[in-house]
Amino acid sequence: MLGAAIIVFRESLEAALLVGIVAAAARTLPHRNRWLAGGIVAGILGSVAVAMAAGTIAEMADGMGQEMLNAIVLGLAVTMLAWHNIWMSRHAREMISDATSVVREVAEGARELSAIAIVIAMAVLREGSETVLFLFGMMSQEQSLGQVLSGGALGLAAGIGVGFGMYAGLLRVPVRWFFTVTAGLVLLLAAGMAGQMARFLIQGDIIPSLANPLWDTSAWLSASSAVGTLLHVLAGYDPRPSAMQAIFYLGTVALIAVGMYLVRSPAAASGRPATT
Amino acid sequence: MKRLILALLCLPAIALAAPPEVQLVIKDHRFQPEEVRVPAGQKIKLVIQNQDSTPEEFESHELNREKVIPGGTTANVFIGPLNPGKYPFFGEFNEKTARGVVIAE
Repeated sequence: MLGAAIIVFRESLEAALLVGIVAAAARTLPHRNRWLAGGIVAGILGSVAVAMAAGTIAEMADGMGQEMLNAIVLGLAVTMLAWHNIWMSRHAREMISDATSVVREVAEGARELSAIAIVIAMAVLREGSETVLFLFGMMSQEQSLGQVLSGGALGLAAGIGVGFGMYAGLLRVPVRWFFTVTAGLVLLLAAGMAGQMARFLIQGDIIPSLANPLWDTSAWLSASSAVGTLLHVLAGYDPRPSAMQAIFYLGTVALIAVGMYLVRSPAAASGRPATT
Repeated sequence: MKRLILALLCLPAIALAAPPEVQLVIKDHRFQPEEVRVPAGQKIKLVIQNQDSTPEEFESHELNREKVIPGGTTANVFIGPLNPGKYPFFGEFNEKTARGVVIAE
């Protein structure tokens, strides 16, 4: 039972933290909860489907189906996070300064929320399919259904608890800093996911690793330590990254940062005459 | 254009001149063999056959790899090129028993 709890906690932690951060980043958007819930449900349904098809997926693309699927799921999530950040950098200021503008932006907000639902669904799908597969495996073993399910529920509850903690913590950030802090977190999350995507493509021998590893910091901060795990989830910390992973990571940071800068300038410029 | 097509056709040939394969078996939640010796400085293809009915996740922080292997299936994991040294790996779903190490030399 404890085994199931620990595995489910570890798998759900990453998705829960991401949901917490994204939920906070989208807190000004109307009907947010409906889209969040929709994303979570879609992710869970997708997880069960992927777990059922695991054998088939694994054999696709010369045995590299799993790497391809992971890379595609991560790539989609990175794209949606990038879009979220760029979109928010254009609208965040109006949202703080003028509550009525939120109502005006509903149409655009709905499109933004569907991007958020996709991010959530992708995160739940990636972590969830492994969890479902693992739980199926435990059930087919010596363990009883009740034990596995109660262990899994315990782990899931702990994971959700951490996600809520992240969300509640972010809501305490003063409004002035709020969008900067959540945008920074989302930027790091997206970059970390891009780095992981590169790792799967290297593992599947689809792209070269270039230098491997580029550096090794595992001696003083192991990926399996508590701090290492947290940093891995939040900022994509990897104690032994390859050069290709670093390129994906930094490339994503640069692309999103440039995108945020570019859309913000005209908005700020056109906003100025209206306020004077 | 023809040259480009020719070059593209050669790509699979490059892939065929590909890394040496190392076989691993998962049975009763254990890796066999538990110690694998591979040449350093070279890409290696691990071919991992899961003979258990339950899924296993091949994972190694040192090798920077993780892959779920459903019960009764075979998975490939590319590793390296590695510097000489020891690279432990484990099965995340059965961490107590499923342990092994890749030794690059």
